[in-house]
Amino acid sequence: MELFSSEETLLKDSASGFMAENASVQALRDLRDQKETLGFNQELHKTLADMGWFGMLLPEDAGGYDFGHRAAGLVAEEMGRNLTASPFLSTAVLSTIALRQSGGEHLSEWGPKIATGDAVIALAIDEGAKHNPSRIKATAEPDGNGFILNARKRAVFDGYNADRLIVVAKTGEDIGLFLVDPSTAEVEVERNAMLDSRNAANIQISNLHLDGKDLLCPLDKGATVLEATLRSGRAIAASEQLGVAREVAERTTAYLNERKQFGVPIGMFQALQHRMADLYCQIEQTASLISSALRAIDTTCDKAEALSRAAKAKVAKVSRVATEEAVQMHGGIGMTDEVDVGLFMKHDRVLTEMLGDSAHHIDFLLKTRGL
Amino acid sequence: MTSLDDFRMETRAWLEENCPQDMRKTVTTESDICWGGRNWTFKSEAQQQWLERMAERGWTVPSWPKEYGGGGLNGDEAKILKEEMTRINAMSPLESFGIWMLGPALLKYGSHEQKLQHLPKIARGEIRWCQGYSEPGSGSDLASVQTKGVDMGDHFLVSGQKIWTSYADQADWIFALVRTEPDAKKHKGISFLLFDMTSEGVSTKPIRLISGSSPFCETFFDDVKVPMENVVDERGNGWTIAKYLLTHEREMVSNLDAIFGGSAGLYETAIDSIGLDETGRLDDPLLRADIGEFLIDEMALTAHLAAAKDFHRAGNQLGARSAELKYLGTELNKRRQSLVVQAGGLEALSGPEENNGIGNQSASWLRSKGNSIEGGTSEIMLSIISKAVLRLPSLG
Repeated sequence: MELFSSEETLLKDSASGFMAENASVQALRDLRDQKETLGFNQELHKTLADMGWFGMLLPEDAGGYDFGHRAAGLVAEEMGRNLTASPFLSTAVLSTIALRQSGGEHLSEWGPKIATGDAVIALAIDEGAKHNPSRIKATAEPDGNGFILNARKRAVFDGYNADRLIVVAKTGEDIGLFLVDPSTAEVEVERNAMLDSRNAANIQISNLHLDGKDLLCPLDKGATVLEATLRSGRAIAASEQLGVAREVAERTTAYLNERKQFGVPIGMFQALQHRMADLYCQIEQTASLISSALRAIDTTCDKAEALSRAAKAKVAKVSRVATEEAVQMHGGIGMTDEVDVGLFMKHDRVLTEMLGDSAHHIDFLLKTRGL
Repeated sequence: MTSLDDFRMETRAWLEENCPQDMRKTVTTESDICWGGRNWTFKSEAQQQWLERMAERGWTVPSWPKEYGGGGLNGDEAKILKEEMTRINAMSPLESFGIWMLGPALLKYGSHEQKLQHLPKIARGEIRWCQGYSEPGSGSDLASVQTKGVDMGDHFLVSGQKIWTSYADQADWIFALVRTEPDAKKHKGISFLLFDMTSEGVSTKPIRLISGSSPFCETFFDDVKVPMENVVDERGNGWTIAKYLLTHEREMVSNLDAIFGGSAGLYETAIDSIGLDETGRLDDPLLRADIGEFLIDEMALTAHLAAAKDFHRAGNQLGARSAELKYLGTELNKRRQSLVVQAGGLEALSGPEENNGIGNQSASWLRSKGNSIEGGTSEIMLSIISKAVLRLPSLG
């Protein structure tokens, strides 16, 4: 029920056409079967950047196009539909927003490289099996004009072979975001292939001496910059997951029309129809929720924080139903690697954990309501 | 300044001057709502004044054409009027089935004479309408209606029974689905008839629900004379109008909260009756988890309804997608009411059964069970979506 401007429709169509042709589920299968260590295809990354999509959230004076989150969400949704593997979320969203919110030299230096696909920058925030920024243990102790950084980070998406890491660490009670070169000796990066054929590195940083200018923004701004970064990341990740849910639901509906048992298409059976219709309604209201979150971020509305969390929480629930129903309604063939539904289920599960699952965000939302 | 800004300022000034102070509050009891009609007794002078002033400007039905008693406002202006009314917490001057349902049907299908005869009276709150659709044997299968209208030349002789006729005992006129073409196919034999409830042969009887007394009635027709010219559109085309109206009803039903002033106080009830633990969280983790699930769905539906309104305002028809809103809205309200009672515990269950005004938690909970039945059951909504949106094959 969403209304799109003509520019948005154009963007959506071009993203849809491009992904289907160049960055489809088959491309992900190839990536998986060739055991590509990066978790994405470098040429594809470059081509996506050539389309302008890595500069969507960058300001024009940092090499970007400033299209806003709503536009970025449309592209991410198409990526979700095609299971496109690229460092979009890590680099063009999370790191981009962290740099942008901080401003200054780092933005002018790295912005243009992100936009052209010449740099991958990963956000190193999580430390445990579950996303929980309030429990960060990594420390950056002040040392002269600089800091000494110690961190043990997990699930650093696209962190393997990244050009830079943005490491989140605590300095006393403050939050610092540090730009770290992973090729230095004090940084150990361990590749960690995930269930969805992407990469999430484990990173150990031991007594790394950093200059004061490696800090993205003043310490008293760190928490605010991190909040903005995660807010954008959640809303765009939710868009990607919405793409997953819509795609599997549509594929399942098509299968219900095609598969015959007892002499009729199984889509004739009300037991299946009503489940698909309910799923459809859930997906559609989730789409509206995500869209309002993206809009709220673009207009710096004070509801953006709550909406982005609700969007992330809700889409995870809905896409889980979508992928589970896809396997169930495809029946035996749905359990095979030959059809794609399993690949959607795997990526969906990883997306759910990324930047916090439903319980994490619902807990936050309830607390803000006083319960 | 754009003309819309001008309109907003003028509207604001006019409302400020003309909306009585007593009409600037949230609806708390049924009698706060003004339904109008021949038998209407105004609750206060303010209620009457407010209706008369708004009707004078056509603002009881802001987007209807002026010649039929409306305000002739476009979508943007109507939205501004609504926003400005909300800003001062102004009550709606008039609610009625004539506004929600018959009006839109007549605007689309009625003759010029029918529009002139009925619409201005609806707009001014002079005639109160009720809807005669369901019958004891025709619920979900509405097109099977058996109430018959026998062609007597210049009039029909209508006989049969309707059920779930809201406010039939207080309404002045009824719009009803009547089988006038007994030899035509099921969906082609129904006409959309309008007639006066004071006609000889019409009688009504209120229905008591599990939640207590209700506006619903059984309505009986015993050889009621209805003039031929009271058929809307062609004879036998009643089903088309009924379907069109049902989509209106669904949109309305999915947004019922707006009429009764928002949430049912779930969060407050939970905090008051259960309290918080030492971490500041509700001291019942399982109920808290259920409330959390509800909370994100409530946010999702709020966003979805706003999107649907924008979509509709941009000139798009919701069509079968109104079934989606009806389904989501009513199922969510059932969950909300159920959680309120769960959160309130025995407190929510105390008080005699007949104490069932707006705001009574147990009565609201019981009443909400009907939300997914009236206006088309949830199962019918899902079937409509399967067929019309998902294009899944169907048996019939």
